Order: sequence, then C-alpha cells, then structure tokens
Amino acid sequence: MSTEMPVVQFRDVSFFYGASPVLTNVTFAVEPLALTYIVGPNGGGKTTLLKLILALLQPDRGEVRVFGQPPNRVRHRIGYTPQHPGFDPQFPVTVLDVVLMGRLGGQSGGPYSQSDRAAALGAMEQLEVDGLGGRLFSSLSSGERQRVLIARALATEPDLLLLDEPTSNVDVHTENRLLDIIGQLNKRYTILLVSHDLSFVSDRIKSVLCVNRQVRFHPTSDVTDDAVRQIYQREMRLIRHDLSVEHQEQADD
Amino acid sequence: MTEFLGALTDPNIPFLRYAFYAGLLASFAFGIVGTYIVTRRISYIAGAISHSVLGGIGAGLYLQAVHGLGWSHPMYGAVAAAIVSAIIIGLVSLHARQREDTVIGALWAIGMATGLMFLAKTPGYVDPMSYLFGNILLLSKADLWLVGALDVLAIGLGVYFYNNFQAVCFDGEFARLRGVNVDVFFLLLLVLTALTVVLLVRVVGIVMVIALLTIPAAVAGYFARKLWQTMLLATLFCMAFIIAGIGVSYAYDLPTGPTIILIAGAMYLLLAAASRLWTR
Repeated sequence: MSTEMPVVQFRDVSFFYGASPVLTNVTFAVEPLALTYIVGPNGGGKTTLLKLILALLQPDRGEVRVFGQPPNRVRHRIGYTPQHPGFDPQFPVTVLDVVLMGRLGGQSGGPYSQSDRAAALGAMEQLEVDGLGGRLFSSLSSGERQRVLIARALATEPDLLLLDEPTSNVDVHTENRLLDIIGQLNKRYTILLVSHDLSFVSDRIKSVLCVNRQVRFHPTSDVTDDAVRQIYQREMRLIRHDLSVEHQEQADD
Repeated sequence: MTEFLGALTDPNIPFLRYAFYAGLLASFAFGIVGTYIVTRRISYIAGAISHSVLGGIGAGLYLQAVHGLGWSHPMYGAVAAAIVSAIIIGLVSLHARQREDTVIGALWAIGMATGLMFLAKTPGYVDPMSYLFGNILLLSKADLWLVGALDVLAIGLGVYFYNNFQAVCFDGEFARLRGVNVDVFFLLLLVLTALTVVLLVRVVGIVMVIALLTIPAAVAGYFARKLWQTMLLATLFCMAFIIAGIGVSYAYDLPTGPTIILIAGAMYLLLAAASRLWTR
C-alpha cells in the first residue's frame, strides 16, 4: 500500500433514510495514521458515516473507498467498536471470550487457536484490561466495557480503527486514561473516533470532521474555535456549557 | 423411590423406561440449544416452531392412514414440518422489517390449524391431546433411535460452531463484520431448535416443550459465568426435571408432561424470587 493513498475516501456521498437526507454531498479523505475526530450534533449523521465505511449501509449517491477499494471487500481490515452494542446485559460471557470474538472469521467452526489467544491477550494488554480476563463482561463498569470492546476490535489485527463514542458514560479520569491509550494506539493505527464532545480533544487532536448533514474537514492546523463555530454554531455553545445545556437538550427530546 | 426404580426395570412397562432414556438423551440437546435460544432472546420464535410441528405430525399420520405409506411415521412428518417452519419463520424474522411478531404469531397458529385439519381427516380416531400434551404410553424403541440420532446432530452442530453461535448471539453486527454469515447461523440455530423440539414431543407435548428449552437454561443462567457452563448446567437441570417429573408422575399417577413442567417452573420461579431477595 502506498503511503499516498488515503485510508478512507468519500467522494460526493449522499445518504437518505427514506426521504430525509442524513448526509449530503460529503467529500473528504483520511490519510494513513491520522487520528480523526468526528463530531457533530446527535442525529447529524456521525454513526451513519461509520456504517458507510463498514458497508453496513450503502450510499445513495457518490462513492466510498476504504484502502482504495469498495468497503465490503476490506471490511475484515477494519476494527470497529459500536456505541451501543446490542448484547443481552445478562449474557454469560467472560471478558476474554468477548475479546476472542475479534478472532472469528468466516464460517469455520472449532475452537480458537493458540495464536488467536495470543492476539486477544496482546490486545487486552494494550488496553490495560489483561487483569480482567476471567471477569463476567456484564459485571464491568462502562469504562472497562469500552476498553474491552476496543481490545476486541484490536484483536482483529486491523489497519483502521473506528471507535463510536468510546468515552460516553465514563468519568473524566477514565476518559483521560482512555484518550491516552488511544493516543498510543494512533502510533500504529489510523483511527476515526466519534465524539459528542469537543471540549476535551484540544491537545490530542489531529483533524476534525464536523458532521451535521454536511461534512467539513479540518486538517490539524486549521482547527480553531472560529472554524468549528462557523460550521455549527449551536453545537459549540452546547459544548461550552455542556452540563446545563445537555440537560436542556434532554428536556427538548 | 425403590418402587420407581423397580418400575424402570419392569419389562411389562417399557414405556416408562423409554421415557426415562429419551429424557436423559434429549437433555443434552435441550441444554445446548436452549442456552442459545435464551441468550439470543428468541423464545417466542422457538415457541412458534414447536407449535407448528403439529402440522407435520398431522400430515405424517394422514399419509400413513390414507395412502398406506408405512414409512411415513408421524415423527418424520414432525421433523420435516419443524425444519420447514423453522426456515420460514427464520426468513420472516430476517426480512420482515415490521410486525415480525404478528407474522410469527400467524405462522404459529397456521401450523397448528394445519395439523388439526389433517388429524380430523385421518380415518380412525387420533387423539390430538397426546401430541399437544405428550403421552409416554406412545413411546416405542423406534422413537428412542430417532431421539438419539437427532440428539447427535443437534449436539454436534451446537458444539462445533460454539464460537460462531456465541458471537452471533452476543453481538450479531460485530460477527457480521468479521465475515461470519450471521443469517445462516441464525437459520441453523432455528433448525436446531426445530430438531430439538421434536425430540421430546412424545414426552411433554408440543405445547409445553418450549418450557424445557428455556427454563433449564434460565435456571442455569443464575449460576454460570460462561456460555458452555450454562449449557452444562442446563443439561443437568433438564435431566433433573425430567427424572423428578417421571418419578413423581409415576408415584402419584399424574400426567408426565405437566408434572415435569410444573417442577421445572416451580424451581425457576423460586430461584427468580430468591435472587431478587438476595440482590436487594
């Protein structure tokens, strides 16, 4: 793979849920080893963007390319952490078993191999959850769960990591720890990270995709308060006064 | 107790022994497949499949009586109907975006109605009750072989694809992204459910068989930390419920199926209440 080729490329992509547009005329490219934040208001299309990259959704117009190919052909090279995994909260499964799911591939049955276990344990070490292997997944805190799900994504040995709101529902300390880990991972992986919150990203930020039906791409140096404010003013205000306004927003919902 | 053990070895009442063996054999499939059903939360789909099995039983009996097809044992019809309805219900569940529950409810009733229609038109008297609620008097050695064969199939597939089933039940979207054909495994799980249901139709009947799929796994869920532990415990619980049910029904002259189900149900409700109090 040449280093010049973008890892993710959108060309004039539009996506509709029924008749209502979710994304319109989206064009951007993500370079290798970038750490890109995807921000924007709820319902603005952040998760839709990830699902287009994963080929879980197909664009109505335009073209999505991942590693220069149609995304469904390279899906196995993407590690994905969902925001709300649809699992049963009482599911009897240990942390190690969850991470091992990252080693599944194709239709073959039978037990996991030694190298599968090694890859899973390695991923758990990087996320600092190697001590939790025998714990029941449902007994973890939400911060621990997020790290385990990222470890599951890493266990797939991906070339691209997509993390959907990994820091939602965790306390500030855990969030900072998690962002440090993500910063470490970024040395080896291209990462796209969805976040509802811009307030903490400042020092680690490399580039920002602002998604609110349309997408604006900002390379590292361009990310200024002004630039973001210009694109979606209201959200900036929401962030700056997050506690009070978040409550307001929930009341509005 | 000694009386029950004596009855088990009594050559004059072989059906009791057959029921006992069928129950023990089938428990493995019930423990394994039931655990998948409970964790994937598709008990109602399993219920629909088990009820539509009556359609196949009816067709089997009808063909046997009217067309003199000696090979058409009603249980073959049950197996065929179970698999067909599992696949239809599975496809509906995968593709019906809306009102999946309504369609599945309709298939549930259509299967039963088909069965009752065949039974009504079958010459001679066929008692639908024995299929709906089980009747161990009808058990024969041939049934035992069928139970054994289906059991091996259900256990083999359930164990071999353990990791895939676990991932599909836990987080289907992620499994799909890993290249696992989630739809195929979902359909396979429903077919396994169908085969498992047929195993104990004679013993507990199609109306109550769903309880033996779900209750042992639900009870095991209170103790297990891993999916295979749930399966193992569910198998043991299933065995215990069946042995206790057959024993009690023999000692007090009660119908076997309902006795087994009431024992299982009582155990489950007690545990659910106890765990409520415990965690309070």
